[in-house]
Amino acid sequence: MRVMLTIARREFVGYFITPLAYVFLVVFLVAAAVATFYFGDFLEIRQADLISFFTFHPFLLLVLMPAVGMRLWTEERRSGSIELLMTLPVTAWQAVLGKFLAAWAFAGICLLLTFPIVWTVNWLGTPDNGVIVAGYIGSFLMAGALLALTSCISALTKSQVIAFVISVVAGFILMAMGLPFVLDLFTGWAPEYIVDLIASFSFFTHFNELVSGIVAGSTIVFFVTLIGLLLLINRQIIELKKAG
Amino acid sequence: MSSPFIEVRSLHKHFGSVKAVNDVNFSVDKGEVLGFLGPNGAGKSTTMKVITGFLPPTQGTAFVCGHDIRTDPIAAKRRFGYLPEGAPLYGDMTPEGFLDFIGRTRKMTRSARKAAIKNVVERMGLGEVLHRRIETLSKGFRRRVGLAQAILHDPDVLILDEPTDGLDPNQKHDVRELIRSMGDSKAIIISTHILEEVDAVCDRAVIIDHGRVVSDGTPLQLHARSPEFNSVALRVTEQDAGKVVEVLGALPEVAKVERKAAANGLVSLLVLPRNGQFIADMVGAAIRQNNIFVTDLHAETGKLDDVFRAVTIHSRAT
Repeated sequence: MRVMLTIARREFVGYFITPLAYVFLVVFLVAAAVATFYFGDFLEIRQADLISFFTFHPFLLLVLMPAVGMRLWTEERRSGSIELLMTLPVTAWQAVLGKFLAAWAFAGICLLLTFPIVWTVNWLGTPDNGVIVAGYIGSFLMAGALLALTSCISALTKSQVIAFVISVVAGFILMAMGLPFVLDLFTGWAPEYIVDLIASFSFFTHFNELVSGIVAGSTIVFFVTLIGLLLLINRQIIELKKAG
Repeated sequence: MSSPFIEVRSLHKHFGSVKAVNDVNFSVDKGEVLGFLGPNGAGKSTTMKVITGFLPPTQGTAFVCGHDIRTDPIAAKRRFGYLPEGAPLYGDMTPEGFLDFIGRTRKMTRSARKAAIKNVVERMGLGEVLHRRIETLSKGFRRRVGLAQAILHDPDVLILDEPTDGLDPNQKHDVRELIRSMGDSKAIIISTHILEEVDAVCDRAVIIDHGRVVSDGTPLQLHARSPEFNSVALRVTEQDAGKVVEVLGALPEVAKVERKAAANGLVSLLVLPRNGQFIADMVGAAIRQNNIFVTDLHAETGKLDDVFRAVTIHSRAT
């Protein structure tokens, strides 16, 4: 545990050594604000909720989380420091989990810094803050899933760019599985339970539940299981493909 | 009876059809510095990567202080310090932060970390760069940070992959001094392809080629395999040369006398012994008896380069 936190701490501090973290934070906050006010017509719809804020989160996270996670293992590979790390008395699991937690904590900070919007909506009206909290939980869990995915993919390459692009594409596929146009490809010929199964793997299906205030156990279980599964695969990749 | 600090048992490592390490066996005891030699691509680094648990062996295993690296990797990893080839580090950290990180992963207490960092910083002369980012440091300093990291927890076993590679002569000297100073209390493996290093720091040398051990012995034994071991180099005048060849060639201990080079009226000769025996005294006596004027007379120890070439080229042919 302590060793894992040591790795997480090193990784987390690493985000703030370069200006990248601050640039990233600003981009995230500006993008979130632009999406909410401009595309989401937050003011025009005159409703005291954050639906228009959260609606765009999946897209924001889809692009920005791979940017946060892309260096997790690519840098270790590129610089060769993976050899140093994996010959310290550290298990692959501790390393994978530590790195993931650092990235997730950074994502958490990004989300926390959007608090002015919560404050604004509370000032303008009387929103259901429970729903807002559920939305944040949804965003945070989805960020986690995307980071686990990115971490997994970053373990396969030395190039941050490749890790980023593949992660975005893979993340998009995971999300799009619940969109009508994808499901339409299957309805008609595939049995209904297959369609339901595909839809149930989609981030959107689960995310929308949370955003509309339904904190279902199954949704949280879905994301946590997905994260766990991806990290297990990540660990396996590291064990099998340490060098080269 | 205590078991050796490092024991490598019938180790194999294959990459696809390439046998990078092919049945390597050796052990290193406390107080021993083992030089691990071989041409580039012979399998030195791969062997070290397997011993340190970075790569899993295809077959066989290695023990560090009795801990099997396959079945008990964490316990084994606690007991050694490792400098990987090229000394990779976290470039975005400062040496201080980096060493603290290493200390934490090795579960050292805060006070133990402080003391250990202070000790290695002093030892490696890192004081002036302690708060600079590692990626801005010179190669020499980076190598020293890598070494500091390896010895931070004062391990029983040190595994150093080309610790002096790319350093200037002064830095090389410093690193060798450091290794020698730790040689009594630890078991150390250093890989190198600089043969003078073997004489400078090693108690034993293992040469591998094509993944196989082709020679294992003390540096002296290695020297003894050279055809020039115990030969005597002479420099005499042009006029005396013929006579010297005749006189020395007649000695029963001498195999032959070679004419090496001539310049400014002086000729260099090399007297080769039969069966590598010591002949310098006999040669000296013969020279004095015949009143021959020599400008130079010294015994050769045999060049390691020649031995190295002989054993690695030989294995290539088979």
